[in-house]
Amino acid sequence: MIDTGDTAWMLIATGLVLFMTPGLAFFYGGMVRAKNMLGMLMQNFFAMGLMAILWVAIAFSLAFGNFGDGGFIGNLDFAWMHNIAGDAGPAAFGLTIPFVLFCAYQMTFAVITPALITGATADRFKFKAYAVFIAVWLIVVYAPVAHWVFGGGWLTKLGALDFAGGAVVHINAGAAALAVILVLGKRHGWPREGMHPHSLPFTLLGTGILWFGWFGFNAGSALGSNGLAAQALMNTFLAASAGMIGWLIVEQVKEGKPTTLGAASGAVAGLVAITPCAGFVGGMAPIVIGLAAGVLCVLAIRLKFRFGYDDSLDVVGVHLVGGIIGGLLLGFFADAKVNKAVTHEGVFLGGGFSLLWYQFVACAVTFAFSFTVSFVLAKVIDRTIGMRVSEEDEAEGLDFSQHAETAYSFGSTGSMDRLH
Amino acid sequence: MGDPSAAMKGYRADMKLVTAIIKPHKVDDVKEALKAAGLKGMTVDEVKGFGRQGGKTEIYRGAEYVVDLLPKVRVETVVPDELAEQVAEIIVMAARTGKIGDGKVWITNVEKLIRIRTGEAGEEAV
Repeated sequence: MIDTGDTAWMLIATGLVLFMTPGLAFFYGGMVRAKNMLGMLMQNFFAMGLMAILWVAIAFSLAFGNFGDGGFIGNLDFAWMHNIAGDAGPAAFGLTIPFVLFCAYQMTFAVITPALITGATADRFKFKAYAVFIAVWLIVVYAPVAHWVFGGGWLTKLGALDFAGGAVVHINAGAAALAVILVLGKRHGWPREGMHPHSLPFTLLGTGILWFGWFGFNAGSALGSNGLAAQALMNTFLAASAGMIGWLIVEQVKEGKPTTLGAASGAVAGLVAITPCAGFVGGMAPIVIGLAAGVLCVLAIRLKFRFGYDDSLDVVGVHLVGGIIGGLLLGFFADAKVNKAVTHEGVFLGGGFSLLWYQFVACAVTFAFSFTVSFVLAKVIDRTIGMRVSEEDEAEGLDFSQHAETAYSFGSTGSMDRLH
Repeated sequence: MGDPSAAMKGYRADMKLVTAIIKPHKVDDVKEALKAAGLKGMTVDEVKGFGRQGGKTEIYRGAEYVVDLLPKVRVETVVPDELAEQVAEIIVMAARTGKIGDGKVWITNVEKLIRIRTGEAGEEAV
């Protein structure tokens, strides 16, 4: 039975989540050097094109077909928009919104998840290779993992909880990012050269857009206009705030200066960590979760220097680590009073350790699956079309070498003559 | 010390200005090579120019444009006469990619060099 209030909210939430991808583009774009700005924006914007079409063509069906079967992957019942329309859809879903809106809402998640990877691969991923990678990745990695969790697959049956995609989105993208950068290798000059962010104002603007859009991501995951959505919204807000504070405290103690990039990164770390928990916890729990993410992620991003992998904009340090922190802390804070779907409460609520174990399994399996398949996929693309731009193109920058454009043309001395 | 004008008086050393136009991404290599050779300072600025490399083609909504003034970096450093050749050589080695557009290095005479803070002149001011 379709509810107009629920439908109105989910129409808006879908727009909010879609807006996160351009937000992410500017969050990342500000952090790269000016010669790679368009390359970064393009990879993110392009996901809004290609992922959307592949989603309705096949990926949605692979993720949400066989709904509730406790299995590994869906089927082709909804491929090519088959059986997707303005009615409430199959009864198993229990939707109060049009099925086509549910498909569109989930589509925005499928857009941003592969786009998250671009932060790790910044400045050196060949555009053609990126396009092929995310297209195949959506089908062979995202769709199955989404089925395990959102589609009523085996992880849900096991008892693991993931409200808005801590595992499906963040651990999944973070693990893939780690695999891809191991294949890609380091940027030339890293870590000796500074490679400073070219515009932190853009990064902060992007962070604001992400924070705003995340209300749609987490509160929208209630799939209705109700108290649970409101609780998820409040949790999201508080975790972002606490994440920022946590990150800044560490910076103040370790370096003596709180930075704007730290404030932005801490807020995002908090948002990542609350994602799996948003509709399952209450009270002061989101503040603890956000603080933990802010403090631990600022420490985790230093690992790349120790181990020598060029996670350029810290996708592993923020999304993989933040996603795991959120996933595991849910095992401590899950509260049946907040959401009746919590059948095993968290350790701190007296529910024992079973949920924590399920959460651990969900994190570990998602990481292992995504890392392994992404690594193989990246290797295959590397052997065939090549994952990385040439050294010359990397030096020139992605804007010109991949897209024949310049992000910023200031001043009047840059003469340009029309060819034809 | 005390009176800057004393040090400036008529002192004339043989100083050279080494100027290089290089590819932007070679700046760090050149800087590191000069530092390693013991140079105390250099100045860079972002410039545009054309040489034999020709232009590059950018595309905006299907229209192709030749951008013939390409971004380069100008490196300048003032050194004692006897070091000039060696410094120029270091820059050539560090900035070379072997591809067209690597740039140029030239050496010019410097009449006089004064350190603003102390008024020291000539080689003292390098």
